[in-house]
Amino acid sequence: MLENWAHLWDQLPLIVRIVASILVITVPLLIGMAMLTYFERKVMAAMQLRQGPALVGPWGLLQAFADGLKLLSKEVIIPAGANRVVFLAAPMLTFLLALVAWAVIPFGEGLVLADINVGVLYLFAISSLGVYGIIMAGWASNSKYAFLGGLRAAAQMVSYEVSIGLVIITVLLCVGSLNLSKIVEAQKSIWFFIPLFPMFIIFFISALAETNRAPFDLPEGESELSGGFNVEYSSMAFALFFLGEYINMILMSGMTSILFLGGWLPPLDIAPLNWIPGPLWFILKICFCLFCFIWVRATLPRYRYDQLMRLGWKVFLPFSLIWVVLTAGVLVYFDLLPK
Amino acid sequence: MALLDRTARGLFLVELVKGMALTFSYMFRPRATINYPYERGPTSPRFRGEHALRRYPNGEERCIACKLCEAICPALAITIEAEPREDGSRRTTRYDIDMTKCIYCGLCQEACPVDAIVEGPNLEFATETREELFYNKEKLLANGDRWEALIAANLAADAPYR
Repeated sequence: MLENWAHLWDQLPLIVRIVASILVITVPLLIGMAMLTYFERKVMAAMQLRQGPALVGPWGLLQAFADGLKLLSKEVIIPAGANRVVFLAAPMLTFLLALVAWAVIPFGEGLVLADINVGVLYLFAISSLGVYGIIMAGWASNSKYAFLGGLRAAAQMVSYEVSIGLVIITVLLCVGSLNLSKIVEAQKSIWFFIPLFPMFIIFFISALAETNRAPFDLPEGESELSGGFNVEYSSMAFALFFLGEYINMILMSGMTSILFLGGWLPPLDIAPLNWIPGPLWFILKICFCLFCFIWVRATLPRYRYDQLMRLGWKVFLPFSLIWVVLTAGVLVYFDLLPK
Repeated sequence: MALLDRTARGLFLVELVKGMALTFSYMFRPRATINYPYERGPTSPRFRGEHALRRYPNGEERCIACKLCEAICPALAITIEAEPREDGSRRTTRYDIDMTKCIYCGLCQEACPVDAIVEGPNLEFATETREELFYNKEKLLANGDRWEALIAANLAADAPYR
């Protein structure tokens, strides 16, 4: 039966197969994103001794869809002084880049849309491009708040990408490949978050900064920038930024699980644990990381901008640099380098 | 030594972990809010909500148009006109309360010698137009009929302390 289906699948035209694979990834992703906003509101509510959304659907599960519908029915307002083309391109770019990155994420053994050998570099490049959406939005809005938000976002994302890059280098040193599936397979004996624990923490904190999440949500900065780069956006244009931000959160969680938490691998390769299929383990790990994202948001107040920069350049950068050298030294000295 | 201590605390994120542990523990505490339209907090028998004009059990309205409430009302929200009814008893022909002026001080119900005007337990009488808040006698009597059971219970509960 399964072979028949596989045979049928191979006979389909290439374009149909590609579109189908893309839909298989993006549709659950968008639904997951909607659930993530609900999950975030519920977890934050629980931590703040509130109840959270409870009215739309059972336990408020449909709240996210109600919000989406509301945004769809609103008017897209384009400010008089805005650069119309760039203004409208910015949210699309943000959303597009957030989705495009998923092409190389391995959901299970062999379950990956594009199993390219430079997967990590690709992810890194795409997440660096993400800043353009925000800069464009900030500039094209022709508003001082949006502009300041855009500037902050640019500086912040560039700063933290440096330390993310160094963290990734330490992982690559241990794996010897840029292929994401290979990185996961290299963790069969031990997940990298154990030997590289400080790097894991630095990566997670940098991921918070990279996705503009609390406590590094200065580009939004409700209190001083009244919404930051997306202050002039409304309706679907705003929703696209929102979608982009949350999909980026899921993406960064996915990256954390692939690089440090063993991707689709079960914690121990023993009976009850390896019955659960790989993709499910991967999703569980993503959910755990997302919970941490929300947990941090519910706990910490926002950083001041100079503190943010100090942390990025004066703490994370030297620390991760030292750790790269240390890891390389240990690997060479004990002859552990991957062949 | 203090420097070492501080550095170690910073390096191992001690304060951060403590804070995160605190918020995590809060997740499992019972919530402090109530699910308002479905759950309600308790109200005192003395709660001063929406006004109502009460009737005697035989259906006769209590108000005898003494106008004490009108006189005592500090916000000048109450307007009363009265004349003798056909059976010779003194009754109001007009009893208006401007709910937008009312400050819910409760002096009208304190002044009333026959417990006719009372402030009931109802607090959900928001309206979409301003005009709907200019209550007339008909509306106040309707309120009285609607809330009589609760109003009577509240008056009885508060009686020993008066």
